[in-house]
This record gives sequence, structure tokens and C-alpha cells, in this order.
Amino acid sequence: MNMRIFVPRDAAAVAVGADDIAVAFEQVATKRGLPVEIVRTGSRGLCWLEPMVEVATPEGRVAYGPVSPEDVASVFESMASNGPHKLRLGIADEMPWLKRQTRLTFARCGVIDPRSLDDYRAHGGYKGLERALSLGSDAILSEVTASGLRGRGGAGFPTGIKWKTVAQAKADRKFIVCNADEGDSGTFADRMIMEGDPFLVIEGMTTAGITVGATKGYIYIRSEYPHAVEAMNAAIVAARRGGYLGDKIGGSTTSFDMEVRVGAGAYVCGEETSLLESLEGRRGLVRAKPPLPAHHGLFGKPTVINNVLSFAAIPFILAEGAKAYADFGMGRSRGTMPIQLAGNIRRGGLFETAFGVTLGELVDDIGGGTFTGRPVRAVQVGGPLGAYFPRALFDTPFDYEAFAARDGLIGHGGIVVFDDSVDLRKQARFAMEFCAVESCGKCTPCRIGSTRGVETIEKIINGERVSENLALVEDLCNTMKFGSLCALGGFTPYPVLSALKHFREDFAPAPTTLQAAE
Amino acid sequence: MTAAFEPCYEPCYEPWDDTRGAEIIAEHASQEGATLVILHALQEAFGYVPEAAIPMVAQALNLSRAEVHGVFTFYHDFRHKPAGRHVLKLCRAEACQAAGGDALAARAEAKLGVSLGNTTADDRVTLEPIYCLGLCATAPSAMLDGRLVGRLDEKRIDALVAEAQR
Repeated sequence: MNMRIFVPRDAAAVAVGADDIAVAFEQVATKRGLPVEIVRTGSRGLCWLEPMVEVATPEGRVAYGPVSPEDVASVFESMASNGPHKLRLGIADEMPWLKRQTRLTFARCGVIDPRSLDDYRAHGGYKGLERALSLGSDAILSEVTASGLRGRGGAGFPTGIKWKTVAQAKADRKFIVCNADEGDSGTFADRMIMEGDPFLVIEGMTTAGITVGATKGYIYIRSEYPHAVEAMNAAIVAARRGGYLGDKIGGSTTSFDMEVRVGAGAYVCGEETSLLESLEGRRGLVRAKPPLPAHHGLFGKPTVINNVLSFAAIPFILAEGAKAYADFGMGRSRGTMPIQLAGNIRRGGLFETAFGVTLGELVDDIGGGTFTGRPVRAVQVGGPLGAYFPRALFDTPFDYEAFAARDGLIGHGGIVVFDDSVDLRKQARFAMEFCAVESCGKCTPCRIGSTRGVETIEKIINGERVSENLALVEDLCNTMKFGSLCALGGFTPYPVLSALKHFREDFAPAPTTLQAAE
Repeated sequence: MTAAFEPCYEPCYEPWDDTRGAEIIAEHASQEGATLVILHALQEAFGYVPEAAIPMVAQALNLSRAEVHGVFTFYHDFRHKPAGRHVLKLCRAEACQAAGGDALAARAEAKLGVSLGNTTADDRVTLEPIYCLGLCATAPSAMLDGRLVGRLDEKRIDALVAEAQR
């Protein structure tokens, strides 16, 4: 039997040399005269071990990592002889970092060949859709509602209610739109699942389509993710060939098809109404709500617009039942959340777990602290619009409400870790700068407020009338928070105010002696 | 055995030609909401979206020139003139900042003699910021002409800059 070697093709693995590793394995195998099959998978999400390669053994897949081109020959010998190696990590599924997780959405990611519909089906793919087709719209809606699934893009709106609204709307056409404009720094779960298990996203969108009576779907992927675009396009073609997209999907009487649309570098297009404008071929100007996209969405038609991770959670819920999903979690946050550990972190990557794990467990225990070895001083949770939390708040459980109660948000589940060299004044200024650059310009608090915010924080940095300017920034933040049309202007105050509140010492005026010296 | 994926990263663009431009526009014009699709296709072919193409897109989509110009200028991706021979994008978002990206960006700027958002005088390298490549757990990251590079350090950024200058 051929040796089967698994090398990820995930962008994060490719960025640290996975393509070269795959080529090197082929060369070594040829030289040794041993037949091998190299399977390019997604990533398991243990990013600090990338490129992490695996070999199939009777006991399970054995992992090695991080593998550099110089290691390939010796790793290959270890694989062939089942012998020891300094990079040998043991059976992948038994690795503590993976074993501690509850992988419902990411169960197949890093395991299967994302280009193979057969591999997807062999690992339980399309079971959810098959059950959905037998259930019919009302029963699917009950399942999705009972699962407690809330929008994973960040807003946390109950998915079942959204779908029901569209299902009940009367229109000649309805649409399913997948928001894959994952622009938040520190988040990469959408990218990973699109690259590592694209059929899952297709299955989730297809299920939404049959539920609400939509026959056309769009997945809007940001242009910064060329690998994800390629993976989704390939999967759509394969799903069509396999009868899972197009007319009479999965042998039913229902039709659903979808296509990829690529963004063009505007962060604000991750806001759902801006995304719809962009899909329609216009400037990504945010729309006022109401009307909701569920009533008046893409091309004015009722539209389900959900994040990649929301759609990706659906197949499990349908296949295993709502209860199996809702049994995980805490409070009103049911199920699991793919959490992304990023920035200055020793063990960064994707960690899917039930809601309720604390921030401290995630950063210190699972993430292992910083890779620079310096103390963790701040973590930003939820992307550029998320709050900076100090160690004092590390007991916050990962839960929509618990973070909101502490003036933060979980957003799309990204956690960016900073060591003690961070200057929160700079980070606060960056938050305003980013908002100023990315503002769509439609509403004044966001468009003008962000620019005034940059200027005022700069004055603080320069030591000009610090306490007055601090008060001004706080006032400005309140105006932006309550007066902006969407989350860009509305949430930019989170990083700024949290920096002011929890890291006030960074904003203190410089000692007078220093000021005199200037 | 899966063949190794070895795409050509050296960008090679056609010179602007209005017949070819019209062809590209016509190819996509029937799609719903085609403006971005067409602008992407034009930029993919020519390396930028020539001024002359804007009224052509407008006419094909029954839009005003101002509307198409508005779309074109809203999105960071679209260029109104060709970039340098190589485009080096450095991720400047928070995760890369946390991992030491600021110093590396300054280093690249100093080596190339241009600030982020500019092209070297010899038109060889365009240096740009990018806000998140989604490689936040292998930060800091960069993209050279479509090729991703993670875990940047001084040695790696120097090598990337040298490669871009070739």
C-alpha cells in the first residue's frame, strides 16, 4: 500500500513553506523508490506547528511539525520506519491541543482533501442536507432555532429568526448571501474553513436556500484571500458536477446554485448592508436599517445574509439535531465558537470550543502566553472594533453577554495578544486611523469623528492639554457610539475607550521635567 | 500523486487596448451587479484600470460615468496607473503589529527608500500596506506578487525586499 502523506495547503501553512515541503516529500519518495500519495489538506489550526505534516498509520495519523525543507528527508525515514524523530508529535487526534477542543464546525478541517467531494461525503458531508431535504422548511427552521445558533459574524443575532423572516417573506426571488469579508485582524476562521472544508459552507448555504425558498446564493470573499477564492470556486464546480448544486439538488425537486464574488479591499464591506451594495456593483455605502435585508436585501429581494461560520455550523445541527449543538455553551450563547488565537502568542491557531471558556484559559493556558516570552499586557478581542482587555479581566467567560457586560465584544472570535511593549496610546490612535481610512462616509459621526479622534489622540501623545483632550476623546467616542449608522463608527470607540479605561497610565502626561526638556 | 502547485507569480499584463477592453467588459456585462466583476477583470488583464475604460464600463452597464468612477475610487484595490514590477504588501493590522510588524515595515521602507503606499523611482517595487491577510497566528506576514510569507523577521523581510528589487 502507498504511504499517504498529508501536507496542508492552507494559506497560513503555505506562507511558512508548505508548498516547498510537499515538493520535497515527492522528491525524497522518488529517490527512495517508495510510492507515496501526497494529499493536500486544510490546516488543523495548530499554526505554531505549521507546516505540520501527517502520515497515515494503522494507529491513526501521526503528525510532525514544524517541518522545514531540511527536515523532510529524515522525517520521511521516520514515517517509513515508524521510528522516532525530534519533530514527531504523535497521533494527531491525541495531541492535547486538539483533544481539548470540541470540533463541530471544524471537524473535517485539516483532515480531508478540500478538493474532493467524495472525501467530504466519506466524512459525513451532506448528511445534514439530506436530512434537511426530508424535513422540509418548517422543521428545518425549528431545528435551527432550537440549536440556539447566533450569527457568528459578531452581531450574534439568532439565525433561526433571520431565516424564518425570509422564509415568510413573499417575493419572486430570494437570495442567500454568505459574508466572507473577514477583515478583522486576528481572525482567520472563515479563511481556514473555506480553504479546508469548502463543501461545508456550500452545504450550509444550500440548506438555507431550500429552507427559505431561495435558488441563488452569493459568497462574497475578500480579495486578500486568493487561496479561499480558489478553493471555493473549485468546490462549487465539484458540487455542481456531483449534483449538489444546480437543478434538483441531491436528487430532490429543489434547485440552488451559487457563485463567488470577490471584494476589492474595503473593510466596511464586511458590514452586511455595505456588502449588499458592493454585490450590486456599487460603492459600499452602508444602508440605513430598517428595512432589514431579510425583507429588502440583495437587489431589493428578501435575503438571508450570514457569516461563513454561521452557515458552516448548519450541517452539524441538521445532521445531529439541534440538541446535540445546544448542549454545548453557556447562557444564551449555545454551541461552539471557533476561537482564533493570534498576534504575539506562543501557541496561536484555531481553537473551537464551547462558549464559557475564560479569556485567561485561552491566552495563558491554551495559547501559552507570548512568543516573545514577555508578560501579556493586553489582548484585543473581536478585531479592530473590539476592546483591549487587561489581565484583570481575564476571568471573563467567552460569551456574547459576558463580554458586552464588560464593554467588550467577542465579534468574530479573534484574540490578538500583546506583550508589555505595547503602547495603548498608539493602539487607540490606530483604531481611529483605521476607522477614518475605512469609513464609507455616509454618516457624520464616523466620517468626521474618526479624523477628529486621530487628531485629538495625537495631541494627547504630544502632551498637549492632556486631561482636556482625554475628556474630549471620551465625549467624541460617545457621539460615535450612539450616532453612527453601523458598527464601524459605532464600535471604534470600544478599543479607544477600553484603552483609556484599563490602561490609563499610558495616557498620563509625561513628567514635567521631560516636558521642559522638550 | 498530486502535482506540485507552481503558479507563475511574475505579474505579466497586456498593454491597454480598447478592443480588448471592450471584449472583457462584454464578457461580464450580463451578470447582475457586474461593476466590480468588470473592474477586477480589467485590472487582472492590464494591471490597472485605465481612465479610458471607465466610460466604456458605464456605457455597457447603462450607468453614468460618475457612478462607475465612484465605484472605482471607493475600493482600495483598484489602480488608476500600473504598479511597479513587483508589489510587496505588508500586513499592518493589529495582529502583525503585536508581533513586531511596525519595525519590519520601517525596515522595508528604509531599504526601498519609499514609504508605504508608494513605488520606487525605478518603478521596480510598489510597497503597500494591507489590512489583514488572515495569517494572524503566523504573524507578521507579507505578500509578494501573490505569494504569501509568514513569520517575518529581519532576515526574511530583507530577502523579500531583495527579491522584489530584482
